[in-house]
Amino acid sequence: MTEHDITLTVNGAEHDLTVEARTLLVHALRDELGYTGTNVGCESSLCGACTVRMDGEAVKSCTTLAVQADGAEIRTVEDLGTRHDFHPIQEGFQEEHGLQCGYCTPGMMMTALDILEENPDPTREEIREGLEGNLCRCTGYQNIVNAVQNAAEQMQPAAVADGGETDDDGPTPATDGGEKQ
Amino acid sequence: MFPDEFDYHEATSVSEAIDLMGEHAGAETELLAGGHSLLPAMKSGLSSPDVLIDIGEVEELHGVEVDGDTLSIGAMTTYSDFIAEDVSEEHAPALYHAVRQVGDTQVRNRGTLGGNLAHADPASDLPGAALATDATIVVTGPDGERRVSADDFFFGMYATDIGPDELVTRVEVPSAADAVGAYAKKPSPSSGYAMVGVCVQATVDGGTVTTVRVGANGVMDHGVRLEGVEDELAGESLDEDSIAAAADRASEGLDTAMMMSDLQASAEFREQLVGTYTRRALERVLDRTATPAAAD
Repeated sequence: MTEHDITLTVNGAEHDLTVEARTLLVHALRDELGYTGTNVGCESSLCGACTVRMDGEAVKSCTTLAVQADGAEIRTVEDLGTRHDFHPIQEGFQEEHGLQCGYCTPGMMMTALDILEENPDPTREEIREGLEGNLCRCTGYQNIVNAVQNAAEQMQPAAVADGGETDDDGPTPATDGGEKQ
Repeated sequence: MFPDEFDYHEATSVSEAIDLMGEHAGAETELLAGGHSLLPAMKSGLSSPDVLIDIGEVEELHGVEVDGDTLSIGAMTTYSDFIAEDVSEEHAPALYHAVRQVGDTQVRNRGTLGGNLAHADPASDLPGAALATDATIVVTGPDGERRVSADDFFFGMYATDIGPDELVTRVEVPSAADAVGAYAKKPSPSSGYAMVGVCVQATVDGGTVTTVRVGANGVMDHGVRLEGVEDELAGESLDEDSIAAAADRASEGLDTAMMMSDLQASAEFREQLVGTYTRRALERVLDRTATPAAAD
């Protein structure tokens, strides 16, 4: 067994910690540093509940070793907003009822942030493609897509007209041709 | 779920990675790239290496560049970084469209092209694309570089031509700036991996197919060329009839008794799927040939 000294900057705060080689980023965040907003879901890089942003990109923290994140800037759901001052994405999820049990929500929001930073005015199809790696077993996704659209409108007040083009090779929908169920 | 304990070493250069592999040759050693195949396997107990050598941050293994008539892709280039480069779609359209369909956003942000090919999962999306684009996989070991054609690279399920003391350092794709590419896949409803995926790269000049290569994954235990399809189309005009005739020959030359068969799809079903997805991939090629501007 090897132990490693690493540095993680989480939501702007720098943390030095010692981890086993096998420690996963999600456990370093939750168990070592107390950022419990990030959830552990399927443990097999499918469900996206553990999504955080690492150096500006959405990643699944259950499939990343803490040592691989050494030196990285991590952003978790705790950094989005406070209960009295919601981030537009949180606002969108509240307005559109984008959650029921809420377990997938931290991951959904961090992926939504990724989508909206890359594409401030996504089509519904682009939102669905962007959220392909996040599973929700409650909502049926409709309200989540609505929530991300709502957030996009808030974040981009001078909204552009619809009409983004998508690549029909796509990231492939979860079901053959139909919308994600 | 936690992986078993292991020793972790981070390499900062290709030569250091090779030295580390030599140093730990007596132990069960795995190279760690993006980790999106290896770490799930380690967490579920399918793989328990003693030593991980992390090559994910090796600077010289990152990046996409055009070198003369070749698109050269560093092995540790992530899917996202590859997609983000304009030269990727321009010079290797078939590979570009296949990479766009790997996993999901988060997976594409971590997984690498070199890691994918080295892992050689038959249900992955890139073996067919490597074959369709006539890629060369560059592997480096203590004795230097070796260049292996994609046609000779895949041996079987998770088995390739890479030696135990070697690593994939680069993928070289002959520039196909005049070609169009497409990838059509039936994803597993649970994992998103390809139950069958067909990748086509073709040059169509005045309606006539002048070059065509077709590769498939998910069908056999390793990526395969669909030579019946290529034969049917070469020199022909690309239209509904020729596409139907080509799709009919999709499994020609493949040993149907050896086709992949699992809970998700029997071999017989896969044999049907390979025809259907060949047709769909070719239809996309036809669309993109007719209206190249819509091919983004």
